[in-house]
Amino acid sequence: MPDQLLYATEAALNGLMAGVLYSLVALGFVLIFKASGIFNYAQGVLALFAALTLVGFQNGQVPFAHLINAVFGTDLHHFGWQLPALVAIVLTAGVMVALAIVIERYVLKHLVNQPPIILFMATIGMAYFLEGFGDIMWGADIKKLDVGLPQGLNETIDAVTFEAFGYGFFIDNLDIVASVVAALLVISLTLFSQYSKQGRALRAVADDHQAALSVGISLRFIWVLVWSIAGFVALVAGIMWGSKSGVQFSLSLIALKALPVLMLGGFTSIPGAIVGGLIIGMGEKLFEFFIGPMIGGATENWFAYVLALLFLVFRPQGLFGEKIIERV
Amino acid sequence: MFYREAGDFKTSYADDSQTFPIRFDRLRYYAVVAVAFGVIPFVINDYWANAVFVPFLIYAIAAIGLNILTGYCGQVSLGTGGFMAVGAYACYKLMTAFPEVSILIHVLLAGGITAMVGVLFGLPSLRIKGFYLAVATLAAQFFLVWLFNKVPWFYNYSASGQISAPERTILGHPVTGAATTASAKYLFCLVILFALAWLARNLTRGTVGRKWMAIRDMDIAAEIIGVNPLTTKLSAFAISSFYIGVAGALFFAVYLGAAEVGEAFGIQKSFLILFMIIIGGLGSIFGSFAGAAFMVLMPVLLKNILVGQFGWATDLAAHVELMIVGALIVIFLIAEPHGMAQLWRLAKEKLRLWPFPH
Repeated sequence: MPDQLLYATEAALNGLMAGVLYSLVALGFVLIFKASGIFNYAQGVLALFAALTLVGFQNGQVPFAHLINAVFGTDLHHFGWQLPALVAIVLTAGVMVALAIVIERYVLKHLVNQPPIILFMATIGMAYFLEGFGDIMWGADIKKLDVGLPQGLNETIDAVTFEAFGYGFFIDNLDIVASVVAALLVISLTLFSQYSKQGRALRAVADDHQAALSVGISLRFIWVLVWSIAGFVALVAGIMWGSKSGVQFSLSLIALKALPVLMLGGFTSIPGAIVGGLIIGMGEKLFEFFIGPMIGGATENWFAYVLALLFLVFRPQGLFGEKIIERV
Repeated sequence: MFYREAGDFKTSYADDSQTFPIRFDRLRYYAVVAVAFGVIPFVINDYWANAVFVPFLIYAIAAIGLNILTGYCGQVSLGTGGFMAVGAYACYKLMTAFPEVSILIHVLLAGGITAMVGVLFGLPSLRIKGFYLAVATLAAQFFLVWLFNKVPWFYNYSASGQISAPERTILGHPVTGAATTASAKYLFCLVILFALAWLARNLTRGTVGRKWMAIRDMDIAAEIIGVNPLTTKLSAFAISSFYIGVAGALFFAVYLGAAEVGEAFGIQKSFLILFMIIIGGLGSIFGSFAGAAFMVLMPVLLKNILVGQFGWATDLAAHVELMIVGALIVIFLIAEPHGMAQLWRLAKEKLRLWPFPH
C-alpha cells in the first residue's frame, strides 16, 4: 500500500477509537432522552463529576477540604489511605445513584409538564452547579486517573502491521479497552431493556408517559433508574477519558462533542449513538488528515458540528431517529 | 395609590396604543431615562464603568438580540458568542480600513454584517427545529471562532493573533482606546442601547413581533394563518444577529479594547447571554435588562463578599459562583419559568390593587 493510504488508514482507525468514546457519552444522552424526553446537557459534567469522585475516593481525599480550610482555617487534605480501584468504582457508582435520586427529587419532579426547552435549560443549570460542586468537593487541579487499565502502544498490532505493510500502526491499548467496554455496555443495556422487567417498564415510559402511568409503572422510579444508568455510563466514560487525558475541566466539553454525534445518529436510537460516534470520530480525523493542513489545521473543533448540520438539512431526524410527524 | 388606569382617560388612538399606557409607569420610565442620561455620566468613575455599567449596557444589547430570536421567535441559539465575534472582527476590520469614518457607523455596519452571517446560519432553521437547531447553532459558534483564529487576514496579521481597538473619537471625545473617560464609554454605549431597545420594543409589539410570536407558539398553525415562515424566521435571525453584532463590536472596541477570540467570544459567552434571558424572562425587553443586570452584578457582589469580606481564595469564590449561578437557574425555572419579568408583572398587578386588595 502507498504510504499516504497507510497513514490515512491509521488516522481512520484512531478516529474510530475516539468515536467509541464519543459514543459512550452520547449513549447517556440517548438513555435519558428516550425515557424522559429531556435533553440532558449535564451528561458531560456528570462524566467529569464521576471521574473526580473516583479519583477522590481512590486517593482518600477529604471532600470539601478547600472550603473547610477556608472557613475554619484548618489544613485538611487527605485521609491518608488509598482505596483499591474496584472499591472506589463501586463507591462512585453509589454516589451517582444518590445524585440521580437528588436530581429527581429536587429538580425533575418540579418540572413535569414543562416544555422541553425549559427542561433543557434546567440541565444547563445543573451542569453549572455540578461543575462548581465537583470543584469545591475535590479541588480543581488536573488529576491523574489510574484504575489499572492498560495504556500505551499496542505492540501486537504494531508488529503485525509492520510485518504486513512495512509500517506499524500506532493504536493505544486504552482505546482498545474502551471499545471492548463500550461494546459490553451496549450489549448489556440492550439485554436489560429487552428482557428485564424494569427494562420493559423503561421502554414503556419511553413510548408513552401517560399510558405507562396508567398501567401502574412508577414514573419517578423509572426516572431515578434511568438517571442512575446514565450516571453509570458517565462513570465509564469518565474513567476512559480520565485515563486518557487526566481528569480536568475539558472533560465536560466532550459532552458538546456528543451533540453532533446525537444529531447524526438520531436522539432516540442507541445504535444511532454508536454509529454516529464512529462516523464523527473517523470523519474528523480523516478531514484533519486530508483537508486540515490546507486550511490551517485544528479543524476538529468544528468539523463534527458542520457535518451534522449539513446532514440534518437532508435528514432532519438523523440516521436512525424516528420520523418526525407533526400535527396541528 | 398612584398605579391606576382609573382617571387616566385616553382621547386618541395614539394615546391608547402607547407603550406605557399607565401614567405612573410612563413617569417612572422618564425618570429612569433622565437619571441614566442626566445624572450617572457626571458621577461615574472608572471602577463603576468597567465593572458594572459598561458590561451591563453591552450585555443588555446582546440579551435583547438573543431574546428576539429565542424569546420572541422561539429559535434557541447557542451561537451568540460566535456572532458577537463576527461583530467585533467586522468592527475591527472597518475601523482599521476606513479610519476617517465615524465609529458609530462602523458599529452599525458591523451589526449589519453580523446580520448577514446570522441569516446564513439561520437558513437550516427552516428545516430543523428545537434542539437540533440549538446544536446546529453550535456549529456557527465553533466554526466562527476557529475562522477568526486561523485566518490572519481577520486580525491584520498581528503577531499575537489579538485585535486591539485604535483610538476613535465622536465629537472630539475619544470613545475607544486608552484615553477614553468612563463617562464617554458609558454614554456611547447608553445611546446605542437606548436606540436599539426602543426599536426592539416597537418591533416586538408591531406586525413583525406578532409574526415571530405566532411562529414561536406553533409554527405550523402560524403558517396556516398566513405567516410566511421563511421571511419570519430569517428576519428574526437577521435582527437578532444585528443586535448581537453591535454588542460584540462594542464589547471589543469600548469595553475590552483588545480581544482574543477564543477567550472573549467562546461558548461560555453564549451560555452567559442565554442565562441572562432565562433569568430575566423569555420574550420580554424588560427581562433582557433585568437578566443582564443580574448576571453582571451577581459576580461582582459575590466577589466582594467572598473574597473581600471572608478572605476566601479567588478560585474557591469562582467555584461557589458557578454553583450559585447553576442553582439559581434551576430555582428560577422551577419557581418562575418566565423569569424576573414575570415577577415584575405580578408586582405591578398587586400594585394596581394596593392598598385595597378586596
